[in-house]
Amino acid sequence: MSTARTLFEKIWDDHLVSPETESNPAVLYVDVHLVHEVTSPQAFTELRNRGARVRRPDLTLATMDHSTPTTPRSGGRLQVLDTQAAAQLQQLEMNCNEFGIRLFGLEDSRQGIVHVIGPEQGLTQPGMTIVCGDSHTSTHGAFGALAFGIGTSEVGYVLATQTLLQRKPRNMEVRVEGVLASGVTAKDIILAVIAEVGIGGATGHVLEYTGSAIRSLGMEQRMTICNMSIEAGARAGLIAPDEKTAEYIEGRPFAPTGDDWYAALARWRNLVTDEGARYDRSVHLNADDLAPMITFGTNPSMAIPIDGNVPDPADANSGAERTDLDKALRYMSLEPGQSLLGRAVDVVFVGSCTNSRISDLRQAATVMRGRRVAPGVRMLVVPGSRSVKSQAEAEGLDRVFKEAGAEWREAGCSMCIAMNGDQLEPGQSAVSTSNRNFEGRQGKGGRTFLASPLTAAATAVTGAIADVRTLS
Amino acid sequence: MTATVMEPFTTLTSRCVVLPASNVDTDQIIPARFLKTVSRRGLGEHLFADWRLDQDGRPRADFPLNSPAAKGASILVAGDNFGCGSSREHAPWALLDFGFRAVISTRFADIFRNNSVKTGLLPVALTQSPHATLLDLLARSPSEQIEIDLEAQTVTLPDGSSHQFPLDPFARHCLLNGVDELGFLLEQGSAIADYESSHPARVSTR
Repeated sequence: MSTARTLFEKIWDDHLVSPETESNPAVLYVDVHLVHEVTSPQAFTELRNRGARVRRPDLTLATMDHSTPTTPRSGGRLQVLDTQAAAQLQQLEMNCNEFGIRLFGLEDSRQGIVHVIGPEQGLTQPGMTIVCGDSHTSTHGAFGALAFGIGTSEVGYVLATQTLLQRKPRNMEVRVEGVLASGVTAKDIILAVIAEVGIGGATGHVLEYTGSAIRSLGMEQRMTICNMSIEAGARAGLIAPDEKTAEYIEGRPFAPTGDDWYAALARWRNLVTDEGARYDRSVHLNADDLAPMITFGTNPSMAIPIDGNVPDPADANSGAERTDLDKALRYMSLEPGQSLLGRAVDVVFVGSCTNSRISDLRQAATVMRGRRVAPGVRMLVVPGSRSVKSQAEAEGLDRVFKEAGAEWREAGCSMCIAMNGDQLEPGQSAVSTSNRNFEGRQGKGGRTFLASPLTAAATAVTGAIADVRTLS
Repeated sequence: MTATVMEPFTTLTSRCVVLPASNVDTDQIIPARFLKTVSRRGLGEHLFADWRLDQDGRPRADFPLNSPAAKGASILVAGDNFGCGSSREHAPWALLDFGFRAVISTRFADIFRNNSVKTGLLPVALTQSPHATLLDLLARSPSEQIEIDLEAQTVTLPDGSSHQFPLDPFARHCLLNGVDELGFLLEQGSAIADYESSHPARVSTR
């Protein structure tokens, strides 16, 4: 291969069992398949119906995260009171037993959100293809892995064959140059990117994030960026691996060791977009003048700088956009042109596969230390995994949150998807570090403002949406 | 090992329900609280639950799916970028269970489109102009029927005009025959084994 290729093209080419033709999509090999309780039961049923086996249980890992309670353990055990959730969790356990799949269940110290534990355990590595029945699988792209969400039918196909039929997506560069100001984080970059590209603007594309602002980010911040690629409609998001990537992976349980480690490092060095390689599209963003971002509407592209004003639907580019904005402002109970600063909130949620890692909790804790959650505000801090929880407790972060009056919870998806009892009540407003502000996403009738852990913490102590840069 | 997993889709002549919103996300199509099931059946009763039903679970009169003209309609016509958001296949399952066989939009989110063609729900992406014409015609005569021909990949509107829509040839083959991709993939066993022997596993979860 002498022609210049992008990072995406290299990973794609390396996983072709057979290339695509006009009549057939490519057969693409999957290196790691992550499984959770919500999108897998029907896939296992289909396997049974077809008399199929799991081809590579050794490339498959299951965990429980979506419908698991995050209420503190009693006597060391997690109580699942919701009978439907309990049945679904039990089903996963039975399926994993029957098909020989390793499961990090509720009593395993490695349990947590699927997109937190993959990287944490060293399973997520550069150059891999990784899939999961979850749209935020794009998270793993932070390591230079081609990682994307699939539906339940495809979960079944991967279980049975370790492959998927795929048409080659297009490739788009998102270049972010510059230096972030104090109080501005990876979450603000990705919210600005989505606002720029649009909610469906990256449909059919794999994004590659490049530029000095991206390179300067740590691995956990890069995960925050790649995690939300899907919110612009992208198939996946990628960041080329570098020294930080290798440093993060080295020594983790599933990381290569000995000679394999050096062989892996040599392989990973080639995982860059060659000079002269072409993307189908490029967008550029300047990080220098970025402010903390917050969403005002009912999809993640409806975001503004925290000190900006809510747009006026009258200024929309099209009739459809005007209708969308009108509907969103009505749902959120907002007026055109108003500032979000000072808008009272009922709940602050720090967690989710976007922002529940140790560095996210440390950031929130820097704001909470010595301050109190404002009266009338409920703050939930939900670590992304049991490992993150233990680490935070070893650092005393749990005490910072508890002393401030926040709830310190068990690991899981929690109020990001509101399947486990952690949810907003109708009419309540929340600033949330999660990834989706769709109507009712955090509980029927609830209103969500997406922002960074810093903005969430500043809001919790103020009792209203606040700019962390001007916190007194 | 090719199994018939869905009702074959050949032609469909039906009335339509118009849901004019764009960027309809899968959290609206089927809210997450209904995903605690281990079955793919019975999700139709929760389709668009928070838009279709009031807080007491009664149908909202002003929601298009509850209009008298919607009864028996098996085509949903929606705005741009239908099915964005989560990967839940429960979204096409719910639409099918409610009685829809096709959704017409100008664009579909990738995962939703992938899931739909695997379960027997046809995503029809029209260009702006015929989509606008269709909305216009249905606004005037809501009970007009339209015809979708999958073999020819055309939609014929009440005004007699016919419009092509794109679909991956393999997805079209599966829909026409009611088969999924698993049969095809299982037949690739030796090619997959060849790949595995030249590409040793990067990790082991054991």
